[in-house]
Amino acid sequence: MSIPVLLFASYADSFGTRCLDVPLDAPCHVADVIRVIRTMPGGDRLPAVPLVAVNRVWVREEVTVQVGDEVALIPPVAGG
Amino acid sequence: MTAPVSQVVHVAIVAEPIEVGALLTLAQAPGVGAVSLFLGTVRDHNDGRPVSGMEYEGYGPMAVSEMRAIAEESCARIEGVRLVVVHRVGTLEIGEASVAIVAAHAHRAQALEATREVIEALKQRVPIWKREHYLSGDREWLDPTKGRV
Repeated sequence: MSIPVLLFASYADSFGTRCLDVPLDAPCHVADVIRVIRTMPGGDRLPAVPLVAVNRVWVREEVTVQVGDEVALIPPVAGG
Repeated sequence: MTAPVSQVVHVAIVAEPIEVGALLTLAQAPGVGAVSLFLGTVRDHNDGRPVSGMEYEGYGPMAVSEMRAIAEESCARIEGVRLVVVHRVGTLEIGEASVAIVAAHAHRAQALEATREVIEALKQRVPIWKREHYLSGDREWLDPTKGRV
């Protein structure tokens, strides 16, 4: 199983995709997802504490990711 | 005869040019005595580099829900304010509006306060990104936390 993680903007460029399949089984913690992403090509470009949303809501690393959740790794926002 | 009730009138992400006049009309109501408009526009330079245009990308559904949440928070805090929040995505030319915030209220202080409050929160919380296009042909995503990525 894997967890699909949505990527945008600079992160999509860094990883070369807009949806990363992270080789992990849900349920797991957001921190686990980030840890595995750091080992993937392009993962070294993530900041120390990357922003993450689950089901379109900002979350902290200790939040649990369930099967079917929409997980997104969010670059520093720059709207306006 | 009475002040308007707080209301998030309209929130949207759009791919086409922002129609400011239509947004001003949306915000209007009989009890409104002040309408404040904030427009963010694309400028032709940044950090000393000449810019030819700007590309905006958003996490659409979450951007809309965050913009709505910000507007609702402002409505809860500023009684009687009517808010319109629209952000554009895609490639914009110099001078085009990337974001429009309209706040209507019975009085100017609250209308001005609401527009400022919403744009500041939007820049902190809404998942939208911009990539500058330079006259040199280079393109870079802006990262407010450290300059650029």
